[in-house]
Parts: sequence; C-alpha cells; structure tokens
Amino acid sequence: MRRVFKGLGLGLVGLGLLGAPWLLPGWLLFLLSLALAKGLVVLGVLVLMWGGLVSFGHGLYFAAGAYTVAFLAKFLGVREAALGLLAAALLNGVLAGLLGLFLSRYRAIFFGMLSVAFSMILYAFLLKFYFITGGTDGLRVPIPTVLGFEVSARDIRTVNYFVNLVFGLLGLFAAWRLSRSPLGYLMRGVKDNEVRVEYMGASVKATVYGVYLFSGVLGGLGGALVALSVGHVAPDLAYWTTSGEFVFVAILGGTGSVLSPFLASALFELVRNYAIKLSPYTWQLSLGLVLLGIIFFYPEGLWGLYEWVKGRWRPKSSSKPSI
Amino acid sequence: MLTERLLAVLFDGLIFGAWLFLVSAGLTFVYGVLRVLNVAHGSFYALGAYLAATLVGLVVGRGLSPALTYPALVLAALLVGLTVGPAMERLLLRRLAGRDEVTGLLLTFAVLLIFEDVIKLIWGVTPWAADAPYGALGQLKLGAVTYAVYPLALIGVAALMGVLLWFLTGQTAFGKLVSAVIADREVSAALGVDVGRVSNLAFSLGTFLAALGGALVAPMISVVPGISVEVIVIAFAVTVIGGLGNVAGAALGALVVGLVRTSALYFFPELDLFLVYALMTLVLIFRPYGLFGRAEIRRI
Repeated sequence: MRRVFKGLGLGLVGLGLLGAPWLLPGWLLFLLSLALAKGLVVLGVLVLMWGGLVSFGHGLYFAAGAYTVAFLAKFLGVREAALGLLAAALLNGVLAGLLGLFLSRYRAIFFGMLSVAFSMILYAFLLKFYFITGGTDGLRVPIPTVLGFEVSARDIRTVNYFVNLVFGLLGLFAAWRLSRSPLGYLMRGVKDNEVRVEYMGASVKATVYGVYLFSGVLGGLGGALVALSVGHVAPDLAYWTTSGEFVFVAILGGTGSVLSPFLASALFELVRNYAIKLSPYTWQLSLGLVLLGIIFFYPEGLWGLYEWVKGRWRPKSSSKPSI
Repeated sequence: MLTERLLAVLFDGLIFGAWLFLVSAGLTFVYGVLRVLNVAHGSFYALGAYLAATLVGLVVGRGLSPALTYPALVLAALLVGLTVGPAMERLLLRRLAGRDEVTGLLLTFAVLLIFEDVIKLIWGVTPWAADAPYGALGQLKLGAVTYAVYPLALIGVAALMGVLLWFLTGQTAFGKLVSAVIADREVSAALGVDVGRVSNLAFSLGTFLAALGGALVAPMISVVPGISVEVIVIAFAVTVIGGLGNVAGAALGALVVGLVRTSALYFFPELDLFLVYALMTLVLIFRPYGLFGRAEIRRI
C-alpha cells in the first residue's frame, strides 16, 4: 500500500513538473526555472558541506558559467544553448581543477577565505575590464537556439524551463550517485575524522579535490542556465553576497538529502519574490532571523524538519540514514 | 611631475591605509580572542557611520560650533561599541561555545543580514552626509598639491589607535588576560580568568573600532546602504594579508593594501581591486597565517 502511495505521489510530482508550463502563470514558471538553475549551484555547495567545507566563493563558478555563455555569443556569435552549456561545463571543470589544487589543502575558515578571495578576483576582473566584460552594465545574452532550432520569444520561457529541468534532474541524479559512491562516503569521513580516512588508505586531498571538481562543474552549469534564462549577466554574480546566498539556501535546505537544495531554492525564490513586493525593507531581516533559528534550533534545515514530521507519523519506519 | 604623482600616491595610500587599519584592527582582534570571523563587523562600521551622520546633523542643525562635531563622531562609535557589541556577544556568540568556526561565520552573516534592513528601517535608503567635520578643518598646501586636512588627520588618528591598542594589549592587566584567553581558553578559565567577561570586553572593543572607522570616514563619503557589505570583504583581505588575529599584522596589511591599491588607481586603474584580492590569494596560498603569522598545527 505504501509503495502504491509513494508511486502515485512521484507520478503526480512528475506530471506537475512536466505540465508546469501550462499549469503555472509565466512569472511563476520563470521563478521555477531560476530555482532549478540556482539549485544546481546550491547542490555544488552542498556536496562540499558533506566534508564540512563551506565554500563562500561559489559565485565564482556561477559567474564563470554565465559569462561563458555571454562571451560565446558576444565574441564568437554562438547562440546555441547546448554549446554554451558544454563550454561552461568544460571551462568550469578546468577552473575547479586548477583552483582545487590549492583549495583541497585548506579546511574550515581558511577554505572559506581562499574561496572568497578567488571569487573576488573574478569579480574585480568582470567589473574593471569593461571593454571585454561590459563592466557594471554586464552583457546581454541573446535568445539561444536549442539544438539548432530557433526559439520564438513567445516559447522561450517554456523551452528554458525544460532545459533547466533536464539539467536539474541530471545534476540530482549525479549527486545522488556520488552520495552513494566511495567518494561520497569518504567525503563524509573527511568531516568526521581526516586521520582515520588516511589510515584507511584513502587520500583526503584527492577526495576533497574530486568532490570540488564536481561542485565547480555544477556551479558553472547553474550559472550558464541562469544566463540563458535571464538573458543578462553582470559582475554581481561573482560578488561574495551571491555566494553567501547559495550557502544560505544550502543550510536552509539542510545537508540531509540531494533533493533539498532544489526545494530550498524554489522556496527561497518564491518567498523572495513576495517579500520584496510586500515589505522590501524586512526581507533580509527575515532571512537573518531564519538563519539564526536554523543555527541555534534546527541545524538539519528543512529536510531535517521533513524527516522529523515523517518520523512522528510512522514511528517504526526504518532507521537507515537517508542521504 | 612624477615626484608629485608619487607624493600623491604616498599620501592617498596612507590615508586609505589608515582607514583600512581602523576597520580591520577590530576584526582581527576579535578573531584572535573569540575565534569568530565577524562578518557583522561591516554592519558595526555602517552603524557607526549612520549614527555619526545623525549626530553631526544634530550638532550642525542646532547651530553649535563645528568643533563639537568631532566629539560627536567619537560618541557615535562609543554608543555602538557599548550597546550592540556587548549584547551580541552575550546573546548570540556565547551560545556558540563548542561549535566550529564556520558556524560562527554563518551566525555573524545572519546578523549582517538583519542589520542591513534594520539600518534601512531607521535611516531609510537616501544618502546621508556628514561633511561638517571635513569642511571645518580646511585645506593644506603641500608643494603644488592641495590637501584637505581631515583625511591627513585620519592618518594620525589611526596611528594613535594603533599605539593605544598596543598599550592596551601589551602593557595592561586586561591585555595579559586577553593574551591568556588567546593562548588557551580552557586553561585560563581553570586558572580563574573570567573568560566570558574578557570575551565580552574584547568583542565590544572590536565593535567600537569598527564603528569608529565608520564614524570617522562618514564625513568623507556619502553614507548609503551597502557600505557594510563592501567594507567587510576588503577588511577580510587586509586581515588575511596581515595574519588572522594579529593586530600588528593588520597594520602592515593595511599599509600594503593601501599603497598597492592607490598606486594601481594612479597607474593602472583597471587593476585596483584585482591586485588587492590577488595579493590576498597569494598570501593565503604561500603564507596562510599571514605575512606576520606563525604556522599553527591544524587541530583535527
């Protein structure tokens, strides 16, 4: 019976996601698209948190991915979404591969500081080299072609949504596989006790490096998707407050599941949209209070809350750790 | 021509460095004592600046002598240091005992977010000006270059604060207690040091310094929302370059960053921020405990 309900629920969610362009008003669909794209970046922040590492510089990959798409259009005249995403993934892989060499040696506060420093270097570059990057005005990203097909301005929202949905699901699947792979288990071991991980014969550095690489690619893809969806890129994408927002959403969702970044991201975009309309001067205030609440009372985030509710309903449910 | 330019770079660099020292000395001191990297330091800076603007406005509005605006600046910083500082340490930071440093960072980030809006609610979003103390000091001719006196005085104030801090931490009983707490919180507590009180005082002192930085710079800038966010990241760069927790290092870091950024602005304007963060990165990679710092064994 439970399985039937579960299957039914999943089916409904699936139908809802597929039918969203026809069920939801345009602005809500756009928010959902953004939430999916940013959810990928948050997922990148989350996988590092398995190892106890908090990246306060993921705006770096977010911006690098977004500007990759913008530069392709500006300098090479390439508008193809697939090429943009591929280039963003490759470039950010290389970038994470380089920076990871340094970052994988750092822990705790130093990891955070070095990631901030890297992201601020990119920010300074994007801001000041305006003859390449457009400076504070940023760059416009033209409406993309998707796999060679021209998309009309009327359909672009729907198309963007499905592109983001596909990548969101791919990212989700990859992170889920990672969480059950030796690398994922090692990363959680790094958080608990690095010395023991080394004694088992595994390399802590290589573990952190591997996960960081994955995290950087996710960040770049998220940035590229946002650039395609919004049609505009600006240096603020790399600023430390953007990175702080990703960390916030990751903590809001909790590290309990690879699904939580997307749920938290959707909630965040939705609440922000309303909060800014209703009370623009108390939006950050409420964010701060929520973050304080999570730190002091609910370190497991929203996912922990969900697990708790589930536990209350079915006290005898299996106690295997859900990742 | 070139010597004049170099002189200008030197003065502007020193002025910028003085400001940087004021805002980063408290940050690095607080990290040294409490092991909390305080993102909300930027908010205290902004609070100091806004409160200073309000008080200066009051003084000028009542037609009082402009000389009274200077104590008003210090009063603004004292008010912030004596209220917000102790309250935040007592109500929030003390509850973090035993949690890791990253949690402290997140907590102070939350406080920064809260203050961003609190400031907007109190002072609105239109810029505030507090230029009376700036204008009252007039100008000074150095060779062919004319300088406003106020920024030059800032260098003196920063130097004075440096000496006071050195005296307070190195030559007084309070300084000895602080050193004991920095060296080992638990052993200090076991020996009868009131660690909570020392932390509270140290944090309040850090808050005061941030607010003082804001109050003193308020006459030179237009006070707008968002200055807290800008100042904190450059203060991070300075403290990292000087070594986290090291006040003397912060002075050196402030000087280096001040001169580097000013030279960049004069000679290669595209590179100004870029150089600052590149420097921060290089220091983190090659000397993670700062140009002045000693290596520490990582605690696992």
